[in-house]
Amino acid sequence: MSIPDENADLGARVDAAVIAALAAIEAAQTTAELTAAKNAHNGQGSELASLNGSLRDFAPEDRKAAGQLIGAGRGRVGEAIAARQGELAAAEELAQLEAERVDVTAVPRIRSAGGRHPLTMLMDEMSDVFVGMGWEVAEGPELEHEWYNFDALNVDPDHPARGESDTFYVAPADRHMVLRTQTSPVQMRSMLTRELPIYIVAPGRVYRTDDIDATHLPVFTQIEGLAVDKGITMAHLRGTLEHLARVMFGEEAKIRLRPNYFPFTEPSAEMDVWHPGARGGARWIEWGGCGMVNPNVLRAAGLDPEVYSGFAFGMGIERTLQFRYQLDDMRDMIEGDVRFTEQFGMVI
Amino acid sequence: MRIPLSWLAEHVELPKEHPAEWLHAQLVRVGFEEEAVHGGELRGPIVVGRVLEFVEEPQKNGKTIRWCQVDVGEVNGGVRGIVCGALNFEVGDRVVVTLPGSALGDFEIAARKTYGHVSDGMIASVRELGIGDDHDGILRLDEAGIPGEVGADALALLGLDDQAVEINVTPDRGYALSIRGIARELASSVGRPFTDPAETARAAVDFGGASGTAPAGFPLAIDDGAPIRGAVGCSRFIARVVRGIDQSRPTPAWMAGRLRLAGMRSVSLGVDITNYVMLELGQPTHAYDLGKLQGGITVRRAHAGERITTLDDVDRALHEEDLLITDDRGAIGIAGVMGGAETEMDASTTDVLIEAATFDAVSIGRSSRRHRLISEASKRFERGVDPAVADAAAARVAQLLVELAGGTLETELGAEVGEVPAMTPIPIPVGFWRTLMGADYTDDEARTALLAIGASIDEGAETWTVTPPTWRPDIVDRESLVEEIARIVGFDRIPSVLPVAPPGRGLTRAQRLRRAVANGLASAGLTEVLVAPFVSEQQARMTGAEPVRLENALDAERSWMRAALVPGMLDTAHRNLGRGLTDLALFELGRVFHAIDGHGTAELPGAAERPADDVLADLDRLPAQPDHAAVLLLGERVRKQPGRPVERYGLADAIESAERIARTVGLELEVRQAQREWLHPGRAAELLVGETVVGVAGELLPAIAAEADLPRVVAVAELDLSALIGLARVGLETQVIAPVPAATQDLSLVVPIDVPAGEVRRAVREGAGALLEHIALVDDYRSAGSDHGGLGAHEKSLTFALRFRALDRTLTAAEASEAKLAGLAVAAERFGAKLRE
Repeated sequence: MSIPDENADLGARVDAAVIAALAAIEAAQTTAELTAAKNAHNGQGSELASLNGSLRDFAPEDRKAAGQLIGAGRGRVGEAIAARQGELAAAEELAQLEAERVDVTAVPRIRSAGGRHPLTMLMDEMSDVFVGMGWEVAEGPELEHEWYNFDALNVDPDHPARGESDTFYVAPADRHMVLRTQTSPVQMRSMLTRELPIYIVAPGRVYRTDDIDATHLPVFTQIEGLAVDKGITMAHLRGTLEHLARVMFGEEAKIRLRPNYFPFTEPSAEMDVWHPGARGGARWIEWGGCGMVNPNVLRAAGLDPEVYSGFAFGMGIERTLQFRYQLDDMRDMIEGDVRFTEQFGMVI
Repeated sequence: MRIPLSWLAEHVELPKEHPAEWLHAQLVRVGFEEEAVHGGELRGPIVVGRVLEFVEEPQKNGKTIRWCQVDVGEVNGGVRGIVCGALNFEVGDRVVVTLPGSALGDFEIAARKTYGHVSDGMIASVRELGIGDDHDGILRLDEAGIPGEVGADALALLGLDDQAVEINVTPDRGYALSIRGIARELASSVGRPFTDPAETARAAVDFGGASGTAPAGFPLAIDDGAPIRGAVGCSRFIARVVRGIDQSRPTPAWMAGRLRLAGMRSVSLGVDITNYVMLELGQPTHAYDLGKLQGGITVRRAHAGERITTLDDVDRALHEEDLLITDDRGAIGIAGVMGGAETEMDASTTDVLIEAATFDAVSIGRSSRRHRLISEASKRFERGVDPAVADAAAARVAQLLVELAGGTLETELGAEVGEVPAMTPIPIPVGFWRTLMGADYTDDEARTALLAIGASIDEGAETWTVTPPTWRPDIVDRESLVEEIARIVGFDRIPSVLPVAPPGRGLTRAQRLRRAVANGLASAGLTEVLVAPFVSEQQARMTGAEPVRLENALDAERSWMRAALVPGMLDTAHRNLGRGLTDLALFELGRVFHAIDGHGTAELPGAAERPADDVLADLDRLPAQPDHAAVLLLGERVRKQPGRPVERYGLADAIESAERIARTVGLELEVRQAQREWLHPGRAAELLVGETVVGVAGELLPAIAAEADLPRVVAVAELDLSALIGLARVGLETQVIAPVPAATQDLSLVVPIDVPAGEVRRAVREGAGALLEHIALVDDYRSAGSDHGGLGAHEKSLTFALRFRALDRTLTAAEASEAKLAGLAVAAERFGAKLRE
């Protein structure tokens, strides 16, 4: 099949239009320029469009070949536009990302750090050691009836600790209300209301009429424990305390008991903890008081000392925090200076 | 209790090397904590010297010094030249010279040039020697009645070569407030022999009467018409008479030295002797000037309106419960607490009557506290004095008055009434010491321990009957016997056994939620504080609840318990501001205290057995003590930073914090405009769950902020956390999460300016019905100046963004619009809302 002259002429015109279009596409530096080039060389009124429009002037037998010729030209231009479009879009995205660069070391901070108070965190931590052993956490009023704070705990009505020099009394004076001087009233409430056997810890605030200094606060935090069961011995007390000590101070921690006196326990002991991480080297540190529940206390709770025995212990959370973190001054714990709390953050 | 070592060593053998450290270790083992070691500050060559001559030399500074020649004995280098600034001595006086090489505490004495001379030592003042307060007062040995040749070691002469160990004695062990008690403890602790000073004293004095036949040479009577808690105030009273004492004699240096080390001042020979015997035997005694007594002595309770002037020259009104020592004129002493001024010994006293009595602990304790008079005597009686030692104490005082004060014992003038009460025997099952302690204490060890503390044992096959010694009133049951066995045999024998608790239920829901609230607030950038709950009346009443007052607050300005957390947190905020911390986001979780009508009870139930249920219920009539949660926010929430303007804390932050707390327990708060006297009238919100008000949020009334010295804007919120947790969501009806698209539309409507947006939002939500999934206020437009925006002066335009969704199909725009207009219709009906064109 021979190619007519018109076709030869058409081929030259298509080539020229395609070359012009490719040059314009290549020259486009932005997507806007590319759009302009596309409109000029491939849109309505462009050479290729008008050539396409002239197809109807061809003889029917030539029309197909001519159409293929123009279509191939337009195809090449279309591909070039698409390719250039991709190049330009990638470059522009890169430019935008570069424009969005920030100094990550200088971004604004929207929220302050915040933090939990170390005393409440320590109280939770110590409680959790016992919860892990199946004990439960018991609570009670801070403003307590004198009976729960003293009489029920075998503190004689004439015991000096009941004087105003140790205990805060609540007005009116003849209604027998005090700020609890220890969390032990919770022990008594637990013995009166819970099912036996009883294994509880009672953390919370207690009050004594001590003037504030580096080692005394008129309001401070205690955690006490109580176990009442058949066959409880002082060896169980020691075992429980040593478990707590090891969890808190490491495997080498241990407990030493020294004779002492508390009305609500008999025998009573002072407990020292061997603190392997103490400042200035491992040593014994006074930690709290403990003992076997006095049979008079069991009787006041309606329990039979011939059947049940129990142990109880208590230690100050402030004091524990003090020697665990080498804090010299307890006043920092109650003054609410945010720097004190923030240094702990959410971790103890 | 301070224990001079030389004194203790008279009754139990002490080691020669480091006796104080050794003693401490032994006493800790049996339950006495060491407090301190006293004495031993003076060291080295401190000797007796005689002033041979001196020249007074006025100085430019106006002071006069003496350039002295002092003979300190041949062995110490003979005569030395010493500069002295004090002027109270004469040529020929014997004085104490601290020679070069000696030390007074940290102050080392050396020969040094001063005031133009080389001073070869120092003439010591009473203060430098630690035996008085007078810095300029040179100790003149002749005047003080202290013997000693020139050149002799002055420390031994003055009793300054001794040390005392101070221990803490627990209140149940009154017997340990004596050398006798400590020596016995020590002897049983280390297994050495013990010499009982009471036996020594009894043996030293012969009262002539055979035992059991008390002499009656002085009229004595115990007449207690009103025993306290069933106990007669005085169980035994012994009187002894010594005549012809010489009160002008100085107290021997050894006695003054021991008293001083024990923490007591030397007063006069007669008084020093009674104090010495009290320290030695634990029995307080009193010496009356016999010439001042009128008639016999009766021990009785005070009469209404009776008064006494005590030895400390305080005139005291007596209470009818006070136990008194009386003669014909009336009260001459508050028994066991303090003697009266009228019958006190003085410098001219020659004849004395010695009182050694046993008083009831409770009675003496009450008098001591009532008169705020804590004496060495009351301290001992309150803790229990051995009721069998009074005779020995009386004998010992008499013996010392004879030996040291030159008196004569008039045995036929003595008298005794009352008797030593018998101790109650205690049955204890054999082996109970093992049952209770879980330790392998043998029966032999138990027996040895009980005998060592002075108990007697009647041994049966299954039960021992143990009678405690008279000085141990604290041993009342088998448990206290076991404590003694464990104490003596050793607490270190107790093994370590972990008990197995039954399965627990973990933390309670309230405990878990409280922790979650605290963690949530801290994670949101707030800092937890713990504030002391003592506040002023104004602070206590600030939030309106009826507060509780303390009878004996430490600080009269803060004698109330907080009824809310925020008032106390204002002080905390102020403290932080004062330390330069100006941007604060604080929170606290804690108890508050609200009075209820007739709280407390008039009666105090007994504790011998479980009180009846109705009695226990009465005991719970206590002030309400809910847990609250509060936040306080002030200053800058976002500080000025690159690309970020300052944002300040305000109302919105307070409400957001409150909502965060509520959401933590699964609740949505309803926020309602409200009025509180302590909050900004236009910036206060009530926070509700349903129809229950659970808290408030707002900005502090600026006047209150100013009074607390805080900036004008202080945002606060306070929630009743107990109530909130009580209302906390339990369970949940879960929604199907429909995987169909949502339709979103905005609704702008015009309402009167004083209609709260929250009310409009609620109306739209109700009207729009179940298709409305979410609604949020996105704009609140009000006409500003000339730009009316089509709004009247008393109107505002609120724009809500609405999100609609059906669970089962894709909504059409028409369905969404219909729901929106239904919402508008309810707002129109309630508030006259119009659609904004």
